[in-house]
Amino acid sequence: MEPEQVPPAPRRPRTEARDLERYAALFAVRTRQMRSSAMRNMMSIATRPEVISLAGGLPDTSTFPVDLFEEIASGIAADGLAGALQYGPTEGLDGLREAIPEVMAREGTGAEPEDVTVTTGGQQALDLVTRALVDPGDVLICDAPTYPGALPTFAAYQADVIQVECDSEGMKTDLLEQTLTELEAGGKRPKFIYSVPTFQNPGGMTLSLERRRQMVEIARRFEILVVEDNPYGLLRFEGDPLPSLYSIDGGGFVVYVGTFSKIVAAGLRLGWVVAPPPVRQKIVLGKQAADLCTSNLVQEFALRFLRSGLFDEYVDGLREVYRSRRDAMLGAIAEYFPHGADWSRPEGGLFVWATLPGVIDTGDLLAKALGENVAFVPGAEAFVDGRGTNSMRLNFSGVAEERIIEGVRRIGRLADRMLGLYETIANTAELPLPDGAAEAKRRQAG
Amino acid sequence: MRVALLSGGISLERSVSLQSGRRVADSLRQLGHEVVRIDPGPGLVADLTEASPEAAFIALHGRDGEDGTVQGLLELSDIPFTGPGVAACRLSSDKGLAKHVFGMEGVPTPAWFPVTEAAIRDYGAAAGLPAAVDRLGLPLVVKPASQGSALGLTVVTDPADLPAAVVTALSYGPSALLEEWVDGRELAVSVIGGGALPVIEAIPTERPTYDFEARYEIGATRFETPARLSEADRTAVERVALAACDALGCLDLARVDMLLADDGPRVIEVDPVPGLTETSLLPQAAEAAGLSFDALVDRILGLATGPDA
Ligand SMILES: Nc1ncnc2c1ncn2[C@@H]1O[C@H](COP(=O)(O)OP(=O)(O)OP(=O)(O)O)[C@@H](O)[C@H]1O
Ligand SMILES: Cc1ncc(COP(=O)(O)O)c(C=O)c1O
Ligand SMILES: [Mg+2]
Repeated sequence: MEPEQVPPAPRRPRTEARDLERYAALFAVRTRQMRSSAMRNMMSIATRPEVISLAGGLPDTSTFPVDLFEEIASGIAADGLAGALQYGPTEGLDGLREAIPEVMAREGTGAEPEDVTVTTGGQQALDLVTRALVDPGDVLICDAPTYPGALPTFAAYQADVIQVECDSEGMKTDLLEQTLTELEAGGKRPKFIYSVPTFQNPGGMTLSLERRRQMVEIARRFEILVVEDNPYGLLRFEGDPLPSLYSIDGGGFVVYVGTFSKIVAAGLRLGWVVAPPPVRQKIVLGKQAADLCTSNLVQEFALRFLRSGLFDEYVDGLREVYRSRRDAMLGAIAEYFPHGADWSRPEGGLFVWATLPGVIDTGDLLAKALGENVAFVPGAEAFVDGRGTNSMRLNFSGVAEERIIEGVRRIGRLADRMLGLYETIANTAELPLPDGAAEAKRRQAG
Repeated sequence: MRVALLSGGISLERSVSLQSGRRVADSLRQLGHEVVRIDPGPGLVADLTEASPEAAFIALHGRDGEDGTVQGLLELSDIPFTGPGVAACRLSSDKGLAKHVFGMEGVPTPAWFPVTEAAIRDYGAAAGLPAAVDRLGLPLVVKPASQGSALGLTVVTDPADLPAAVVTALSYGPSALLEEWVDGRELAVSVIGGGALPVIEAIPTERPTYDFEARYEIGATRFETPARLSEADRTAVERVALAACDALGCLDLARVDMLLADDGPRVIEVDPVPGLTETSLLPQAAEAAGLSFDALVDRILGLATGPDA
């Protein structure tokens, strides 16, 4: 608690009320879709240290070898500083563009270095792809639920997002085909299908091989692109890897987005996109406008890490840690979540998606949970259309096992209480009830 | 003077409070005060002791900042603080308690029934819901007794949605209100030092109610300051606002939210620690009265420390 001794500095002219209305007239129309939600405001409590946050998507970085970090940093200082401190090519450093296909090859995906564009995180790749392809009002298809962080990007380009239902095998390709057919009949051709096929964020599920083939076939038939976002593929705890959409397709209609965030460190802000040459050119032009190039220093760091020979060992270590955290979470959910709950059993990645009985609104549950110092992401954040209100995303990568178990226990107890209260009200008050609830009541009585 | 600025805290409105705090800190420094920022948490008492301020500026919202908890601690530590005292805070931060007081003092407020989790669980209170629906009519409003920013508030049009709406409201606190829905214009009257500032009308541009999103999103609500009111309406609105503050004991500082129906104003709530963010209503009203933000902060602090401080 330091007294703030800073002398009063000349300050940014303050926005008085009437200036605000002047700004309101200046904002671009597209910012209308960019809203800060009540939930995000509530989540500002989640950063306090006493809160067990199952809300983030934070990789565990505590195992990053400190001496290796030092070695790489002093290596750059000794013989790579000139380049690392300069601007670089917009596409990324050649060495890294060659190394990235080697990372993809670990999942069996082949790619050509010249098709790779290095980006400032996977997030920028999503932004650049959308910028290159989407005009205001264009339709995009994505998973339901989808990666919440993609929605603001799509909103910024005023895309019209349609979400296609997923089950434990990922996006239902029959519904995808049906949706595309209906859109076509209405004279609309979506620009792309955005999907996280492997260990999906937030759903935890993986698109089955059969559906992978179907998705690629459908995209080709309708001549639209698939944007395959794959941050988690290498974090597989069990089972055999599935071929990426990119490798099934051979790079004709699939744009592949990768990132080092979950397999090296999110703080690097380093990702990439592999796209067919005409699309790649537009992406590169967009990146020039956005930031000229991704930090050379960061690229140099990642390249040296990949070349150190310790990358695989590091990822193996992460898998170990995450596997046992996932097991702890699944065990705790099975023990503490109320009857009628359902949840994913991910074979990798960072997230479990849990769905509670329909009468529970997970936004309200979050308000209660924050009161008991636990946080998660309410399911509605993963939808544009008001679905997901009884679901939640739970992260297991960023929190130690005992805390995961305690957090899940508290959430389960609170959900139980809400359900009990709902049932008490519904059973006591002679009110006409919604269909689902009336049925549940009859079943309970019978 | 050495001023402890309390903002942040552990309520659901933490981020709003931090926004208020940043602005106030800026002004206090501009006014030549030494500012010690405190984010109240488990170490609050120790932080206050260490800071040993001459006054505390409360820029907290939600639970602990408005319900008298922090005010109680400050009273105990003998530190003068901004805004109303403990009792006024307690009364106004519980909409049920406040409405009882309004009833006794003849301040118009929408008809209502309380509902608590305990009463539902222990006394089968839910059996009374159909009667409440009959008496209040539809649509009706279900809201937590002590939450702000319209969190947990549902407008129920179909009685089938009532159980879920009650569970929602009770997720934000142990007691809730069923309230008659009032069709009216949304007005806010800020009261400072026993006088009313110009009335503001909030006109949502995109959404039906003035909810959380509309409230903190620039451009989502259009404000008219001063509100376009007939002389008779303006007088009635100001009179009711001051009566509400008088009844609760917060004539020093408060924002009174009202709905102006065809047959006159109704008080929805009194906020004893009004927001001080860029889009907050108190600063807007002050500005309309010719009071800059710095001057407003100075005035609020002055009311806390007395004329000879
Ligand atoms: N009885 C009612 N009839 C019609 N509208 C209402 C009623 N009660 C609340 N509302 C609407 O909901 C909004 C928020 O209500 P209220 O002030 O009770 O909630 P709050 O959570 O305390 O919000 P805040 O503290 O930010 O003012 C009101 O501004 C009004 O638009
Ligand atoms: C599916 C998905 N795509 C993209 C990202 C963004 O990652 P990056 O850190 O590479 O920008 C994330 C991060 O959580 C993600 O889960
Ligand atoms: Mg209000």
